[in-house]
Amino acid sequence: MKRILVGIKRVVDYNVRIRVKPDGSGVVTDGVKMSINPFDEIALEEALRIKERGGAEEVIVATVGPADCQQQLRTALAMGADRALHVQADGVVEPLVAARALLQLIEREQPLLVILGKQAIDDDNGQTGQVLAALWNRPQATYASKIELTAGTARVTREVDAGLETLDVDLPAVITTDLRLNEPRYVKLPDIMKAKKKPLDTLTLSALGVEQRQQLRLVRFEPPPQRQKGIRVKDAAELLEALKKKGLL
Amino acid sequence: MSSRVLIVAEHDGTKLNASTAKCVTCAQGIAGAQITIVVCAVEAAAVAAQAAQLSGVSRVLCVENPANGHALAAVWAPQVIALAGPFSHILGPSTTFGKDLMARIAGLLGAPQVSDIMAIDSPTRFRRPIYAGNAILTVESSGDGKVVGTVRTASFEAAAGGAAAPIETAAVSVALPTHTRFVSVSAARSDRPDLQTARRVISGGRALGSAEGFKILYSLADKLGAAVGASRAAVDAGYAPNEMQVGQTGKIIAPELYVAVGISGAIQHLTGIKDARTIVAINKDSEAPIFEVADIGLVGDLFQIIPEIERLV
Repeated sequence: MKRILVGIKRVVDYNVRIRVKPDGSGVVTDGVKMSINPFDEIALEEALRIKERGGAEEVIVATVGPADCQQQLRTALAMGADRALHVQADGVVEPLVAARALLQLIEREQPLLVILGKQAIDDDNGQTGQVLAALWNRPQATYASKIELTAGTARVTREVDAGLETLDVDLPAVITTDLRLNEPRYVKLPDIMKAKKKPLDTLTLSALGVEQRQQLRLVRFEPPPQRQKGIRVKDAAELLEALKKKGLL
Repeated sequence: MSSRVLIVAEHDGTKLNASTAKCVTCAQGIAGAQITIVVCAVEAAAVAAQAAQLSGVSRVLCVENPANGHALAAVWAPQVIALAGPFSHILGPSTTFGKDLMARIAGLLGAPQVSDIMAIDSPTRFRRPIYAGNAILTVESSGDGKVVGTVRTASFEAAAGGAAAPIETAAVSVALPTHTRFVSVSAARSDRPDLQTARRVISGGRALGSAEGFKILYSLADKLGAAVGASRAAVDAGYAPNEMQVGQTGKIIAPELYVAVGISGAIQHLTGIKDARTIVAINKDSEAPIFEVADIGLVGDLFQIIPEIERLV
């Protein structure tokens, strides 16, 4: 069966104002709204669209994380994923561990395509897709803004610093998504009801033979330095005067 | 044990990208580090000569291969790995080039990657922004084994030139994949300064209203010798191409002067400009969040203010 595997991550919702805990041990997450990482939502939307166009027969959504992640998997099922895989893991899951777990899922499911967000908006690591492609020894096409599938190949347009780059990658491959790839659909209430009946399997890292190693110790979280309050000017002439005073013109 | 740092050069085949010189400055934050730059290219000589001039670099390695014409991560990563043996740290810039490549290298090595390094406290301790710059995280590696890193270029000055490190050719014979093929790159040609290295940047937001509306910014930018950027909203609306986007998911820049025109100041945009020396905000909404970070704020109609500035400059 032609399958697409989509990796998602549960993160603090992008609208939440982030506060660092006073003891520097992390950021406040108690009572904070959690969501699917926005880039991963785009990844899932793209997989669903490929399936709707007939390019795939099944969309599997997977995550590595604590029990609470099942909420986001249910949301993904409500969006249209066919089934979900939850790899249970508490504590810090580094990109290498997440990628090793996803590689095990790949070996079980044999997808023709794996789509992930280009980065998670919590740790901003931006690594998992590339690490996975390396471990899998398959192509990677990061920062995708357009994906066209043909037999055995994906033509991917990537948003790079120079502009738009187009690559051809043989399938199977890993693609990571950028913001302009698509706009994810809204979940409708009947779909939420239907999602409750879709299969959601729980596995563990140890069952997959993956060790939850942490190679980087999180020493301290701090709020960023604040900029000093600026001045207001009333018109263009005053603005230019102020810039000249600073030696900027 | 002294640190040995390998920096993967970013270049277009003829010219070394300024991001590489910033990686050198970052690497110099590791006390006593011996710094090597590797240039993967079809013909490396021109780029290697530029890399060898960077102060603080002790050696430049050239890896030449006909397959290196475009920076395909799957093709370059195994060649870098072939040289990685003696090095404690492998760094690249946190540009789309480096972010794509370095994590593939980290994956092949099974090594940890520190993304977006903004400061180095010790050979094993690094600071980096998380949550779109709303928090700064200090991480520590164990010290045994390699660390891969991407360098947040806005946090470091470019290393000075004028040096002359030895240039060597590295013989690398590894099988390279053919599963990834470059097709094309399309970029609007511009005679304006490069957004990532420009000393002055003028950016426009959705308030410009159209691609046509951006013309007043181009005109002012040309008079000031400035680069032109855009907010995500303006790029999404099709007023400007994606390579002009400034912010968390676009370019992170640190010009001397940043002028935000008709940009409200979403967090993801502010993340991209917080290292600018001076931020000027021009917006008709006096409550716009951009004014909270602006050094100089001007409330008013940008379609009157911008042409007036151009006239007065």
